[in-house]
Order: sequence, then C-alpha cells, then structure tokens
Amino acid sequence: MPKRSAETVATSPEAVASRLAASRYLADESLATAIFLAIRLGKPLLLEGAPGVGKTEAAKAIAEVLGRDLVRLQCYEGIDAAHALYEWNYQRQLLAIRHAGEHEVDIYDDRFLIARPLLQVLKAPEKRVLLVDEIDRSDHEFEALLLEFLSEFQISIPERGTIRAKSQPIVILTSNRTRELAEALRRRCVYHWITYPDAEREAAIIMLRAGDAAEATARAVASAVRDIRARPLAKPPGIAEAVEWANAATILEKGGSPWPEAFRRAIGVLIKDEEDLSYIAPELGRIVEEALA
Amino acid sequence: MRRYGFPVAPEQVSGFMQAVTLLGPRSMADIHEAALATLAPPPDRRDEFEAHFQSYFYGNTTAVVEGEADEETRIKDDGGTSDEESEVTRQAEGGELSSGAELLSARDFQRDGDGLAAFRRQLATALPARRSFRTVRTHARGKLDLRRSLREIVSADGDIPSPLLRRRQTVPRKLLLLIDVSGSMKLHTSDYLKLAHAAVQGADRAEIFAFGTRLTRITTALRIRDRDQALARVAAQVDDWDGGTRMGPTLLAFLSVPRFSAFARGAAVVILSDALERGDHAELEMAMRRLSARAFRLSLATPLAGDPRFQPATAALRAILPVLDDLIDGSSIAGLTDFILSLARPAPAAAAIWKRVS
Repeated sequence: MPKRSAETVATSPEAVASRLAASRYLADESLATAIFLAIRLGKPLLLEGAPGVGKTEAAKAIAEVLGRDLVRLQCYEGIDAAHALYEWNYQRQLLAIRHAGEHEVDIYDDRFLIARPLLQVLKAPEKRVLLVDEIDRSDHEFEALLLEFLSEFQISIPERGTIRAKSQPIVILTSNRTRELAEALRRRCVYHWITYPDAEREAAIIMLRAGDAAEATARAVASAVRDIRARPLAKPPGIAEAVEWANAATILEKGGSPWPEAFRRAIGVLIKDEEDLSYIAPELGRIVEEALA
Repeated sequence: MRRYGFPVAPEQVSGFMQAVTLLGPRSMADIHEAALATLAPPPDRRDEFEAHFQSYFYGNTTAVVEGEADEETRIKDDGGTSDEESEVTRQAEGGELSSGAELLSARDFQRDGDGLAAFRRQLATALPARRSFRTVRTHARGKLDLRRSLREIVSADGDIPSPLLRRRQTVPRKLLLLIDVSGSMKLHTSDYLKLAHAAVQGADRAEIFAFGTRLTRITTALRIRDRDQALARVAAQVDDWDGGTRMGPTLLAFLSVPRFSAFARGAAVVILSDALERGDHAELEMAMRRLSARAFRLSLATPLAGDPRFQPATAALRAILPVLDDLIDGSSIAGLTDFILSLARPAPAAAAIWKRVS
C-alpha cells in the first residue's frame, strides 16, 4: 500500500472522489467535499446516517487512499479511558518488581504501557487513520473525554506526562444517531449526513462490489432495494445487503433458476428479519417484476 | 443562522470561511457544501437550513420551510429545538396540518393536586436496574482492582495491602411511555401527561411519545421544570389531540426510525392506551411483537380495565395479549404511579393473569 501525504491526496474534492473510487468506494460530491475539507482543515470528520449507508466503509476507504493503517475504536456503553487511551500491564509490572529485588525498576516504562487506539494514533499520526465507530453508543462521560482528545490531540498519563501528536491525525467518527451528540462535539468536526445513494449510484456500487453481477442485475437490485427501503421495516437493508442480494441472485441464476425466481429465493440475504420477510413477502413478486421491467 | 436558533460557534464561522477559501469557490454549490460540512445543521432541521441558505445567498425569500411529504403517519421530533425556531416552523406549516381525515385541536391544562411529587422522588431508585460496563469501587464481592492495588503496593514499598475491589455498576433502565392522545382517551390524556412530566423530571432517562394518528416526541418539552409551561408546550406541539388512533401504523413508524427504536431497547415500555384499534389489527400485533422483543418489559395500561367487568375480549387485545408482560388498569394516576414504581418487581405475564380471570 503506497503511503501518500494527506495534501497530495486532497488537492480538490474531485481528486478525493476519484481516489476513493479507485479504492472501490463511490462517494457523491457532497461526501467528497466533506472528506476533502476534513483533511485540509485538520478537523475530525463526523459521519452520521442510517445503519448500512457505508459510514465505516468510508473510513476504511480513506485509510486505503492515504496508505495508512486504520485503527478502529468501537464504542459501547460504558467504554472508558482504559479501553480507549492506555492501560498498564499490571501483571508484568508486579513480576518486574519481584524480579528486581533490591534494584530500582521503573514500572512506568514503555514496556509496561499498553497503547489503546487513541494513544496508538497519537504516537504515529502519519501512519494511522483513527475510526471512532458508533460514538452514539458510548455515554456522555466518554464523549467528554473524546472532546478533550479531539481538540488538543494529546493525552495526559499521570506517571509519564503529556503525550502530544506531532501532526494532526486523521480522525473519522461515525454515529447512527441513536442519541443526540453533544453540540460541542459536532462543532469541532466537519459534518456530513450520509443518505442512501440514489438508484444509479447504488447500481454502480453493486457493479463495483459484486463480482459477477451483470449491469442489468445491479440496476434491478438497486431499484428494488429502493422500493423496499421505503416501507416501515424493522431493519431496512443497507448497501452491503443489496450487494449480497445481487451476488446471491446471480449465483442462483447460474445454478438454473430463472430471473424473477432467483431474486425471490435470494431474499434471505437482503432481509434478515423474519417479520420483515413476512411483511414484504406478498409484495415481493411485484417489486421484483417492476424492478426488472 | 443564530437568529433562527441554529447554534453556530465562532470556530465554526472561521472553519466555514477557511472551507470556502479551500474550495475555490467555483460556484454557489461549493459555498453550500462548505456551509453544510462546517456549520453542521442537524439532519431533522436540514430543510429549514436550506430555506435560510436560499434566502440569504440567493435572496430567495419565497423559499419556505416545507414539511415532510405527506405520509400515512408523520413523525414529529423536536430534537431539542428552541422556541423561536418552532414558532417559525409552525407558521410555515400551518396550512398542511389539517386534513379531512384527522381532527386536530389545541388544548390547555389546569393545575390540580395529586401525589406526583412523591412519585417523582421515588422513581429514580424504583426503576428496574441492569448491570453497566462501568465499574465502581466496592468492599466486597468484586474483581481485583489491579490499577489501584499496584499503586498501593508501590507506595507501601512492596507490601500487599488488603485487596481493593471493583464491581460492575448497576444503572436504572430507560423508561419509555407511549401516550395515546386520541378522542377515546380524552378523559385521561391530561392526567397521563402530568404523570409523564413527573417521570421525565424524576428518571434519568425517560422518553415520552404522544400518538394518535401521528407520533410526536414530547420528551424535550417535558424537560421544562415548571409543569404548566411544559404542558403548554406539549399542547402546542401535538397536532392530533382527540382524533382517531392508528396505533399499529404509528408504532411501526416509531420502530422504523433507528433512533427511536433504540429508546425501546432494554427499556421498560409502558403504553397508555385503550388499544381500540380501528380496522385490521395485524399491524398492531406485529408492532407489539417487535416492541416486546426489544423491550425489557412491555406493559399496556388501559383505562377500560378500571371497570370490574373488563375482559381483553376485542380481537386486537386478544392478539397482543401473549406478548404483553402486563395489562393493567390505567384509569387513575395513583394506580399508574404504583404500577410504574413496581416495574422492577417480577410479576406473572399478562396472559396468565387474564386467562385466570376470564
């Protein structure tokens, strides 16, 4: 993976979009602009949107474009500093004290320090992209902790002093909006609300991601999925599910199922909730036929 | 933007200027993109933002704030907006709020004495609890707290003091109240809203929705400490007082918004309604099944159960009875507060109780 400096990648929103496309991520103009601005302004990028619109994928694609490793911090309720910043390896520290006997031993040495995602990124900002995934799942205390990190890009370890990033790391936050984020956090970030792609873009994404799917299949899937998403489902299908549907239908078709039937039989990879399935089942035939027309 | 209740910080203004410079700008579209990215308008106020942007940069004063396209069940979510802003939206939406199918009217509330103050005080500790991932120090029954223990060992020069322990904290579960404000519940809505106000004031995390033909999130309005003010705000916010009920579609709409259905996850969900569903009850049944799968406990409080002859005999009630944890009398505030305060205590499922009675 060739390493590229952020400035050479982000010369314009169009350049960002074409580089992302080369990494198999199709961003619309608005998202490309937000990514461009986040990189150039040195601010974190906050991506919000429904589950399955490609927020995490965007972060992966950005890391790939820049040729950096992606460090992912998955948030959950109750996540705290020890999981996000650093932790001491207590067992090793205790062993070291026992082994040292009468000698001095620095138990706050680097070898006892376990760097968690935020510290890893601070130590090597040029080599990493930080993804703080599903920040809305964490609680307010953690959001406040993150706020401090995002405004200063530094971490204070009481026994060691402050560690500050030599350059601005690239940080991407995602949220499913299951709760309101603090206004202060939104303010510090470049913000983008990702919507489901329009049918044409989704067809292009399916073509790109589903290995064997023909163009007509991709278009039909994109159109049918759009129709299905408009219904009150418990779990509306995301882009990944649409890609899987196109793949599965193609495989079934090659196995001998004729077209509308192949789509119907592969519905299990698109809709993964039994009740949604029974809700959509009576209309599925019509939806698929309209999409294929 | 600030005049219209959008919180824009000085750093966002400078960010916007920098963004505009970086983008060229080659067209108005660039300025628009820069504004969206740096000023970060909340998604539910995006339309309003667009209108202000249009009127400022294009001088297009006819650009009005348009509501969502007319769906079967509209969801209103104030998402913490300010007074001024809601005024603007209300004026603009005025015409489209009424339709032949729905009966919309405003309502006001008067003060009266009740035992809600005590309920509010007790609620914080009475709700069912669950274990959090966060840990707290404890003196017994916990896991070894190595971080603090090591500090102690080092400061005591290698001596091992008595072990220091941590234990996972317990936190109260969320409380979700769904209040039916349709015509058949007219006698009780005022009481229910007072109860909801006390719940929001007393519990850490309570979410309240009003529903009839539409769904309205009223939690933010109820956060106002003064009850009269809060209820006046609610009265202005809900559009479908005393109309019909479309409980099934409304609950399905609630569940299809990920942000809302997340409120129900692991929560104590109490529906205050007579569950007199018009027409087919298949949707209601599906919605209740989904709610029950998400919730920690799903209860239905119906004022009809105040009558000793009450039986869950309607087709809709019979269908949803198996998924209900409780089916209780919702005809008095006192009964309801007692019930909510007892949510943490186990009770036999509603179906078991009502089968015995009937």
